[in-house]
This record gives sequence, C-alpha cells and structure tokens, in this order.
Amino acid sequence: MSPGDTLVEVRDLVKHFPISKGIIIKHKVGSVRAVDGVSFEVKAGETLGIVGETGCGKSTTARLITRLLEVTSGEVLFEGRDITKLKGPDLKAIRREMQMIFQDPYSSLNPRKTVGAIIADPFVIHGLETGPGERKKRVQELMDRVGLNPEHYNRYPHEFSGGQRQRIGVARALALKPKLIIADEPVSALDVSIQAQILNLLRELQREFGLTMIFIAHDLAVVRHMCDRVAVMYLGKVVEMAPSDALYSQPRHRYTGALLSAVPVADPELATRERHLLGGDVPSPANPPSGCRFHPRCSHAGPICSTQEPALTEMGQGTVAACHFPIADDEVGDLLPVARGRERL
Amino acid sequence: MSTEQPAGALLSVENLSVQFPTHDGVVHAVDGISYTVDRAASIGIVGESGSGKTVAALTLLGLTVTQGAIVTGQILFDGRDLLTISKAELRHIRGNEIAMIFQDPLSSLHPQFRVGAQIVEAMRIHRSITRAAARTRAIELLELVGIPDPRRRVDQYPHEFSGGMRQRAMIAMSLSNEPKLLIADEPTTALDVTVQAQILALLERLRHELGMAMIMITHDLGVVAQIADRINVMYAGRIVESAEARPLFSSPQHPYTWGLLRSIPTLDGPRGVELLPIPGRPPSMIRRPTGCFFHPRCAYALPSHSTIDPPLSDVGLEGGGDHRAACLLDAAQRQAAWAALKGGGTPEQARVAAGIEQDVVPVAEAEIVG
Repeated sequence: MSPGDTLVEVRDLVKHFPISKGIIIKHKVGSVRAVDGVSFEVKAGETLGIVGETGCGKSTTARLITRLLEVTSGEVLFEGRDITKLKGPDLKAIRREMQMIFQDPYSSLNPRKTVGAIIADPFVIHGLETGPGERKKRVQELMDRVGLNPEHYNRYPHEFSGGQRQRIGVARALALKPKLIIADEPVSALDVSIQAQILNLLRELQREFGLTMIFIAHDLAVVRHMCDRVAVMYLGKVVEMAPSDALYSQPRHRYTGALLSAVPVADPELATRERHLLGGDVPSPANPPSGCRFHPRCSHAGPICSTQEPALTEMGQGTVAACHFPIADDEVGDLLPVARGRERL
Repeated sequence: MSTEQPAGALLSVENLSVQFPTHDGVVHAVDGISYTVDRAASIGIVGESGSGKTVAALTLLGLTVTQGAIVTGQILFDGRDLLTISKAELRHIRGNEIAMIFQDPLSSLHPQFRVGAQIVEAMRIHRSITRAAARTRAIELLELVGIPDPRRRVDQYPHEFSGGMRQRAMIAMSLSNEPKLLIADEPTTALDVTVQAQILALLERLRHELGMAMIMITHDLGVVAQIADRINVMYAGRIVESAEARPLFSSPQHPYTWGLLRSIPTLDGPRGVELLPIPGRPPSMIRRPTGCFFHPRCAYALPSHSTIDPPLSDVGLEGGGDHRAACLLDAAQRQAAWAALKGGGTPEQARVAAGIEQDVVPVAEAEIVG
C-alpha cells in the first residue's frame, strides 16, 4: 500500500445502544443513537482528526473500527475488505493491523504486570518473537524508541509518571508494527508540558513508521497541530469534514464555527469579552432533534432546519459540510478571535 | 504580627508555606508565596499538577490544617489573619465571605439531596432566614446563573443536571451568601469547550454585577487569558512569575512561562511548527533541587544557577506595571531569548541570541522522559 491509497473506509456506520426496562423480563424501550450514519475514509499515511463534544460518538466510532464494539449496521472496509463480520483467526489477523492508544494511562495498563510484560503482550497473543531473549530484546528496543529507559523493563506501572505511562501505551501499540493507530484522547489527561512531549513523539513515530492515524480529541488546537484532515462530529453524525487548514481558517458548519469561537485563546489581546456563545447543552442522543440535529442551539436556524436534515455537500477547498445556512467567507473574521488576530497583523 | 493591609486589598497572602510531614520526608507543597487580591479584582494562578496551586487555595479556607499540614505565614482577609482566628470565626468566613467551587461538580454536590435543598442549607448555615425565603432565593440564584426553568429544577437531584448545569448550580450555591471572594479551582476542566465558554462568561458577568473578587486556579493559559487581570505562575510550590495579564503574555520573563507558552499548540500561527516541550518533569517536593528549582529543566541555566536561589523580584520592564520573576538571567538576556522563542526559534537559538554559553549545564537530557 502506498501513501494516498485508502486504508480505511467507513460507510454508513451505525451503532445504537438499546435502552431496556424491566428487571426479569427486559424489553427495549428505545435506543441511544451513539453513531448514526457516519462515512469517511482515511488514506494511508495521513492523520484524520475526529473532534466533538462529550457524547458525539467519536470514541464509539473508534471502537467500532477496531471491532471492540459490534456495529448495528454499516461497513468498515480495511484495505478494501469489510471487517465487520470477521470472526476467529481472520479477526485476530486484522487486529494486528490496528492498535489503539487510550486516554487514561492509569486505567489502560494492568497494575499487576511489569512494563516488560505489558509491552510483550501483543507478541504473546500473536505468538511472535518466540526465540530465547527475543521478546525482551524487542520490548527493550521499543521502550528505547518511545523514550523510556530500557532498564526499567521490570518495573510496574505505578512507578511511572502519567507521561511515561502514556509512552508505555504507545510502545504497546507500536509493538506489532500496525498499519493503523487509533489514538483516543491520548494527551487530555496530561499536563501541558508533558502533552507536548507525547504529541511530538507521536508525530516522529508516524513519520518514521509511515503510520496512518485516527486522532480523537476534544482539544481543537491539538487536533489542528496533529491532523491533515478533520471530521467534526455532533450527536452521532459528521457535520463537517475538511483539510485542517481549510477547517480552521474557513469553517462552514455553524457548529464548527461555535466550537472554534469557544476555544479560549492564550492571548489577552484577543480574548474579547463578547463572543458567540452557544446556548444550552448537547441534547440526548436517545432522542435527537428532528432535521438538522444542531438546530435547537443554532443562531441561524430557519424553518427548514427543523424539518429537513441537511446532507454533506461540497463547499470548496475540499470541505464538506451538512448545513442549510453555512458560514459565509466574510463572517469568519467576526466569529473567530484568531481570525481577528490575523487581521491585526 | 500586624493586620494592616494596603488600601483596596481584600486578601493579602504573606510568605505562606504549607508543609506535609510524611514517612518519606516533608513535602514542601507551598513554599513562601505572597500575593494580593484587590477588591473586585480577578487573579489567575497557573501551574501544572503538583505545583501547589490547589493546596495554596485550600489553605486559605483552613482546609489543609485538618489534613495535618504545617502552615506558616500570614493570610490577611479583610483585616483578619485567617491563620490565627478561631475555628468558629473561620467557619463563619468559609462559605460565607469566601466561597469556593471545584473542578468536578458531580462529586461536589450530594447525590441524595435535591439541588435546591443544598443551596438552602448553604444559606441557613450562615444566616437566619426562613426555609421558604431561602427557597425563593435559591430559585433566584438558579435563574441568575442561567439555569432554565429554575422553579422546576430547584427540586431536581444532581444526576438530573448535565455537567454544565451542575457547575452552574455549584456557582449558585457559592454565591448564595454574596461572598467577597470566590475561589474557582479548575472550574471548567471537566467541561466541553462550548460549555466552558458559557461558564467563563457567567463568572465574568457575575463578578462585575456582584463586585466580588475572584481567584481562578487553572492549568489552562487560555482560560486565565480570558478571565484574569493579574496572573501568578507557580512552579514547585513557588510563584516564579507574577504580572498583569497582558505583559505576562506579551513579554513573559521566566523560562518556565516560556516553556508553557511554547508547548501548547495554537489555533493561529503556522501548523507545521514543532512544539517545544519542557524537558524532564517537575521535581520531587520532598528532595527539591538546589539553587533555582527550575534549573534542572531550564535550557538557559548557568552553573551558578544550581547554587543560587533567585528571589521573586521586579523585572524592570518599562510600562510593564508590577511585573516580577524569579530568574537569575539578566533583563537583556531574557528579552533576547523570548524574542527568539516568540519568532519560532528553538531554545538553542534563543540561547545564542541571549549570549548564553552553551553546554555549561547539561540540561537533564537523560531524563527527557515524561
């Protein structure tokens, strides 16, 4: 597979979690539509970012792609093959190709195993590197590569700081030389100075191993830094998808605009006191609003928005957005404090 | 000890230290910090995990002594020293004149009591007010903090509120006795960015409407840039830089502040620029480094910096107001180094620009592990 080919394609992915009532005889009374018809593709060697607020379905999407959850409907094509129905050895084989890095470096490492054993686990599971001393050697190489001292092979997770633990998670994910890494909020539990160390490490490794990455985060600045393209999710749907440069300089969906406008900017000169605040909270995914799911919180919603669901449409610069009243070019300066900063320069 | 405070000052913290004796040794959580909060002013305290920012705030309310802390120094609040007054007097101040809101609104609210009942309780502890009057006031407060349909919401339980609404309810509770000072400890860290923006705007509005002072504790430089008039940067239990918000961001003077500013990705600026993490990690608070506490992680440290402990002193910037930093570099060196860093330079280039000889102190290269 060469860069530019499609590595992963997701088609109409749907995941509904049933809500059931009753103690002995359970019956379904509804469903949480965590992911509700998501489609995108990831090209080999690129990083796709997925951003959105709590409950938008970004982590569920990641778990569906890695088959940690079963899809309700839709397809996940990995190198052109639908993997949603794979079983047994086929599934195990495909799992070698995709690995996850999790948010919480405290709960994602087994506290009773040594670091060496944690990083060697993928080899054990897949029966690789069986020669004497080979596993230890490979593990120590990996530890060295991610910036851990290989001599700490026999230490336990509690002996490491949060940033070091996240490095252990990265080493484990790299062990099998996967084609795809899915990083789910990999730095949100870390302090800013440590966060930068991990982000730099991920970028280095990506270049070195030609990794394809799906990077999930709620921090828009981090996603901009890491990703070539970004998908914005809201209530189980992708509402906008665009190359990073286009998304951050010319957002089209009203929700993307509101998100960018809400980010606090580390510059008091730009921290204007009157910003475009989004009112209310994200509605329940068990009972999403009709039409455009964002319409109850949208300042520009018209009558059509509550009745007709907008489709993802081309908006130029490689952007697709699902909005009846997309943000016009001349509105951006008013919306984003950062854009105002650019004008000032 | 005198209890004289400068005119206009609401809170003056003088040389406050908080130590926790443990089996491994004494943890120097806060080490001689001093700052002042004027009436109706808002200050930000920025620092990473373990920098002592939360311990310092809890100490203001007498909440660390109960944990076995040894507290020294002086905390003057409205003419009284909070470290010497009686427990009864402190109880009267806590939740009444000084209120605090915390990071996690779910664990700060009691799950078995209705939200309204918890606000009523907070009021009735401090003043004689009938239940009915307190309830009416609770509804007013919920309305003030922007909770829709407060008449219905007042009788709901915390689990029926969303994260943002719980934080609003906490704010309503903290405001119930019209405090003179509100301490907000990472109030928006657990919230989504759009809700965070709502809460910050709410705090800002309330501060102006009610004329209360605020201490905002956070690790997020974006949040303090929005809300604080003055910012203290804490590292290893000390204030390493203190300035008005604008000069702090436009001409920061401490290498740690530079590190914080250059390690966060921004929404503007070129996208390909490498982040410059601060190497290593914060020191042990039991066995602290000698000299400047930051020198093992500082790219600009000279050999003498491992023996001399810099005081927090005026940086001598023209028109920068009261701007202090605890750094051994001289003003010209700092100026040149930050100019280079701000223009996208690496620490090496900044060192050259500042005329600091290279490799005088090996920066903890071996320890570049988070």
